[in-house]
Amino acid sequence: MPEPFAGWFASRGWAPRRHQLDLVEKAEAGRSTLLIAPTGAGKTLAGFLPSLIEIARDNRGRNAPLREGPHTLYISPLKALAVDIARNLEAPIAEMDLPVTVETRTGDTPQNRRRRQKERPPDILLTTAEQVALLVSQADAERYFSELKVVIVDELHSIVTSKRGDLLALGLARLRRHAPGLRTVGLSATVADPQELCGWLVAQAEGHASTRADLLVVEGGAKPDITILKSQARVPWSGHMTRWALPDIYALIKAHGTTLVFVNTRSQAEMLFHELWRINEDTLAIALHHGSLDRAQRRKVEAAMAANRLRAVVCTSTLDLGIDWGDVDLVIHVGAPKGASRLAQRIGRANHRMDEPSKAVLVPSNRFEVMECQAALDASYLGHQDTPPVGDGALDVLAQHVLGMAVAAPFDPLLLYEEIVSAYPYRRLDWETFERVVDFAATGGYALRAYERYAKIRRRKDGLWRISHPKIAQQYRLNVGTIVEIPNLTVRLVARRGRTLTRGGRVLGTIEEYFLNTLAPGDTFLFAGDVLRLEGVRDNEALVTRSKQKEPKIPYYGGSKFPLTTYLATVVRGMLADPDRRRALPEQVRDWLDIQAERSLLPKADELLVETFPRGNRHYLVAYPFEGRLAHQTLGMLLTRRLERMGLHPMGFVASDYALAVWGLADLSTAFDGAERAMGDLFNEDLLGDDLDEWLADSVLLKRTFRACAEIAQLIERRHPGTEKTGRQVTVSTDLIYDVLRTHEPDHILLRATWADAATGLLDIRRLGEMLARVKGDIVHQRLEKISPLAVPVMLEIGREIVHGEASELLMSEAADALVREALE
Amino acid sequence: MHAFSLPGPRPETPAAEGGVAVTARAQVVGIEAVLDPSGALYWPAEETLVVSDLHLETGSSYARSGQMLPPYDTCLTLGRLADAVARHAPRRLIALGDSFHDPFGPERLADDHRALLAAFCRRMEVVWITGNHDHAAAETLGGAAVETLRLGGVTFRHVPGGEGVEVAGHLHPAAHVVVRGQSLKRRCFVGDARRLVMPAFGVLTGGLPVTDAAFAGLWRERPRTWAIGRRRVYPV
Repeated sequence: MPEPFAGWFASRGWAPRRHQLDLVEKAEAGRSTLLIAPTGAGKTLAGFLPSLIEIARDNRGRNAPLREGPHTLYISPLKALAVDIARNLEAPIAEMDLPVTVETRTGDTPQNRRRRQKERPPDILLTTAEQVALLVSQADAERYFSELKVVIVDELHSIVTSKRGDLLALGLARLRRHAPGLRTVGLSATVADPQELCGWLVAQAEGHASTRADLLVVEGGAKPDITILKSQARVPWSGHMTRWALPDIYALIKAHGTTLVFVNTRSQAEMLFHELWRINEDTLAIALHHGSLDRAQRRKVEAAMAANRLRAVVCTSTLDLGIDWGDVDLVIHVGAPKGASRLAQRIGRANHRMDEPSKAVLVPSNRFEVMECQAALDASYLGHQDTPPVGDGALDVLAQHVLGMAVAAPFDPLLLYEEIVSAYPYRRLDWETFERVVDFAATGGYALRAYERYAKIRRRKDGLWRISHPKIAQQYRLNVGTIVEIPNLTVRLVARRGRTLTRGGRVLGTIEEYFLNTLAPGDTFLFAGDVLRLEGVRDNEALVTRSKQKEPKIPYYGGSKFPLTTYLATVVRGMLADPDRRRALPEQVRDWLDIQAERSLLPKADELLVETFPRGNRHYLVAYPFEGRLAHQTLGMLLTRRLERMGLHPMGFVASDYALAVWGLADLSTAFDGAERAMGDLFNEDLLGDDLDEWLADSVLLKRTFRACAEIAQLIERRHPGTEKTGRQVTVSTDLIYDVLRTHEPDHILLRATWADAATGLLDIRRLGEMLARVKGDIVHQRLEKISPLAVPVMLEIGREIVHGEASELLMSEAADALVREALE
Repeated sequence: MHAFSLPGPRPETPAAEGGVAVTARAQVVGIEAVLDPSGALYWPAEETLVVSDLHLETGSSYARSGQMLPPYDTCLTLGRLADAVARHAPRRLIALGDSFHDPFGPERLADDHRALLAAFCRRMEVVWITGNHDHAAAETLGGAAVETLRLGGVTFRHVPGGEGVEVAGHLHPAAHVVVRGQSLKRRCFVGDARRLVMPAFGVLTGGLPVTDAAFAGLWRERPRTWAIGRRRVYPV
């Protein structure tokens, strides 16, 4: 380590860590590197050290201190993180008196400062993927990035699986052209396949085996201390609200200095926060943090947390990444973690120092979740990871990028194609698809070539594509990025005076329009920890008053529920099949499974168990694929369609993360007696053919997916010069565009993009397809006289979606008792 | 058989989707009317078919500003209209305004589509109520252009809220129907004894919820709503 760095470490009584020295060495050798290290390992400083050393050396020798552009770009997935890192870099730079300048540039950076960053560039620019896209689309990009040496991508594991990652990968490909010797550094938490990330960091060469960055792995320090909550209370059969464990959760918060309470959905966060305050006799400082809360409110909570003024924060994935809090003594995970890597990441938030074990308690909401928690805990000790793979780059993002490249300078399509396929997510992109994307960016890419005269980009005589008008550049810049807001309404607190409502009360946050459409004025719902009454809607605002009512409707935030990962699902299936591993489970759960084995059966790991039984005047079919709620919902839609066609008239279905129940009046045990029809016919892979296609025509989820693709691809504009459209005001309905395209141009490039998203996103079709293929020939059909113990949880989900609140909780527990008696007697 | 055939993509008609369009009889603004699932209203006593807010050339209107919406809307909207005309064989056709999405729409109209509209004008009396966007429409297309039309005690105009008993459009009413916790938005007819607001007829034309403030003050009594489904019209 050169001076003054060696001296600085020594003066603080530190020794540089092995990986910090290694990274300096890699930098000297000009190698791109992926650093995988747990929280608290000094990962960020390690990433910056080589740049600081190099810049300090260069600048000392420089006569003209002005450079053309930055030496190092640091990309963070969160704006707040970029700002925080800037602060953390200030200290060492000041203490060593380094001639190094650092600035941040995010969507919030004012125009005049952005201009100044152009005229007098800092040595290190801390920024986001969207800003990189904007910078490379500017006419002077080539000059500005001519001195760029290093790009550091923080939290790489999180960014690569999103569309932002695709956008950044394309931006990097362009930066490499401007700065041929560019070195990249990826900072990441532990992932299932580090080699993918190593590939992502460097240019891919056509026809060659994947080239990769070097890999440095820092082994985690002390193993975390994770337990599953041991409670005297009975673990319920179903449900997600974990009310049963409230006193235990409260006791844990009370017994620890500072606790982070992670939940999976915003509605769970709302509910838990509300309930904790009901029993908060000691008025402990417990706060709430989730993505729908007003930004100022969130910042306040973060500041209070950093200043050590809080005892607990109930939070969602909004706190998965980002600023280190320092003193977190305990992480409570309420509800099953749904993924082993997610759990490890969240527990890592409690790690003050690498060598001290972090402490975590898992609180399952129901009996299936007990198994899931056990699976996650085992995985955590084994160090198993289940982060999703890096998928093929999204075509909507590519369309946006192609437009951006025409904005930057006229482009040669062959050269641009070469550049794009050097980006890891797009390495498999074929030329024909690329051409169609260019065509889409120009005129919408329709078979009926009606819009040639309105083309946004045109190929001129010299063979280069350029924008047809300067305003295209302006429109592009206003709509850059991949974060699509689902249409939201601002929630504003007003007061009621007689029949009129006061104007201009406090803003509490935002709520999805989709949820609001299910409410009528006068309905109550839980938001920001309060029970609110909807008074009316004015422009883009939902006007609410505080309500004294105790039975609110619960906010529903679509898409915020993670599906169970394939990895955990496999472990849980294995647990069901293996008597030895079942013995490790708590007694209540063990008993439940033992009775199931007696009454019906416990499926082998590779089997799909399907039970049919009568109950009341209905007949039920319950299947246990363990593929997560999204895939089960899709499967439910498809099964009911097929049953309908078989003349069996299903009446409804319900899906959980583990199972799926379909019901109707026809006797399904005799309908699938194996003679004329077998269960295998119902769960045939061809479900994914015509049935799926037909259903998709009406799928709200697919229309939402399409909307996002249309906005990212800039088919429709989120913002127009001079105005700022919100989702609600976009005058043309993307649902209608979708209908027209689907009927008249079914292989349009945007429908392809939508389909690719649906396969892994809200519909999880790919996983469903893999499941159907896996269980082929391994379907066990149990014809039962009555409900089985394993079926109780999913049967309890029936009707849950329409009854809410406390009275219904009572109703549910009565229903539960009845079902349980039936199942066990 | 369709009375008119169109080149280009297959019209998205109820019949083409494999079902038979089911109309609904309804007593609205004091007349016996037939509500057609295309979004048209047929008045048998007057042999008159009423449509509103065709918004022809919506796609090309957006394309001009750089948003390349599918270029099929005019073809599909006219197909929808041709189907409704074939079902009811009216003597008169009233378009309640906003027949084009912007004032330059008629200039962009493809020759085939212009010919189809001309054929309508030859076969029946066509009345263009002038809305926000289409003062010039009638001059280029044939038929008569008027600001309002009175027929059997009912006034036809573009913007609702005038005197007397009226049928109007302009607001693009839509109803939210909650089905098993999922909210579906559908175009709709909404009206009371004195006033009917027609759904927008154009295939790319979005809807405004009938709960919106824009509808407040239009009604003397609680209005009735008929939502437009795939093949039929449902009273809500």
